Amino acid sequence: MASESGGLTEYIQHHLTHLTPHASKGGFWAVHIDSITVSLVLGVLFCLWFWLKARKATAGVPGRGQAFVEIILEFVDGQVKDVFHGDRRVLGPLALTVFLWVFLMNAMDLLPVDLLPWITEKFGIGHFRAVPTADINMTFAMSLTVFVLIIFYSFKAKGASGYMHELFTAPFGKHPALWIPNFLLNLVELASKPVSLAMRLFGNMYAGELVFMLIAGLFSAGAGVAGWALYGAGIIGYTVWGIFHILIISIQAFIFMVLTIVYISMAHDHH
Amino acid sequence: MDFNATLIGEMISFAILIWFCVHFIWPHINKAIEERQVKIAEGLNAAERAHAELKSADVKVAGEIKQARLQASEIIDKAQQQANQIIEKARGEAVSEINRLKATAQDDIASMAQRARDQLREQVGALAVQGASKIVQREIDASTHKALLDQLAAEI
Repeated sequence: MASESGGLTEYIQHHLTHLTPHASKGGFWAVHIDSITVSLVLGVLFCLWFWLKARKATAGVPGRGQAFVEIILEFVDGQVKDVFHGDRRVLGPLALTVFLWVFLMNAMDLLPVDLLPWITEKFGIGHFRAVPTADINMTFAMSLTVFVLIIFYSFKAKGASGYMHELFTAPFGKHPALWIPNFLLNLVELASKPVSLAMRLFGNMYAGELVFMLIAGLFSAGAGVAGWALYGAGIIGYTVWGIFHILIISIQAFIFMVLTIVYISMAHDHH
Repeated sequence: MDFNATLIGEMISFAILIWFCVHFIWPHINKAIEERQVKIAEGLNAAERAHAELKSADVKVAGEIKQARLQASEIIDKAQQQANQIIEKARGEAVSEINRLKATAQDDIASMAQRARDQLREQVGALAVQGASKIVQREIDASTHKALLDQLAAEI
């Protein structure tokens, strides 16, 4: 473990470093290969799984696999239906993608914090962060995509002139003197959506990962009897935090999905 | 907070995932669910209809049983009446037969009695003639007095 050479701080710093191509360390092209790999693997897994079930889906008695997939889909569809009263053919799948992808990426947090880095180390890769949603690039990528969809549906539902009219006249009123304040407020409101969406998920996952690392630090914190006592405390702490984290990852995935639905449904509303 | 090209890559992958879900996952599963909903609704309707039909059939069966019972009792009544009639008729026939037999028997008896009486009368006549001839011997000539004797026999 890293603690022998530099203690807990170095251990955590080591674990908080993304895997990047060496040549471009620090720059714009310092792509986080670990985040991209894990998120793509999970995304493909999710798509493959649901696609296989969707291909064989029958209206007759469903098998266990199909029933499970349908339960998830109906749960998501119900959430969309509650908020959005239009055509759900895009918003439904969008919400499903958000929910499952975020959930699966969050769930990587439940793997032992050292497991994936330990495996990659065998292949000569020093840094590997397993939780893509604890990477701010990941959460902003999703929230900005949602943001693009918000803008797209705002234009689609209201037309360019209608949307511009709304940006300048709501919420205060139509008076020309109020156009600028209206517009500024709308800009802040618009910008706050992707930022809050991304920061909430990132903050929760980053903090969760950090707590796992701190607890994992207990495993190698001392020697002798005290060391074993800390080791035991580490096991208990890791278990308790892990169980609690099941709740957190589900709730965060759910919140991300619901807010996506709400924001896009709001884009359809006329003021 | 180190933003870099990861962001753009992830945005593209997210968009692809959404596209895939919109086109290849959601419609198929949703269609299956909706079709099944229709099927279940139809099944429930059919069950309700069958239930109603069963009820009406029960009512019909009860009515038919009632009618059959009524008919059966009517048949029994009629049969009893017929039986009574037959017995009545047989009794009448028997009585008339008895009467007829009684009448012929009485006739026979009467004719037999008449015959016996006639015989008796003749015999008495003969006896009387015999007795008288025994008493008077020759004086009485059977042939001459025959008419007289016959008259006497008829009077007895």
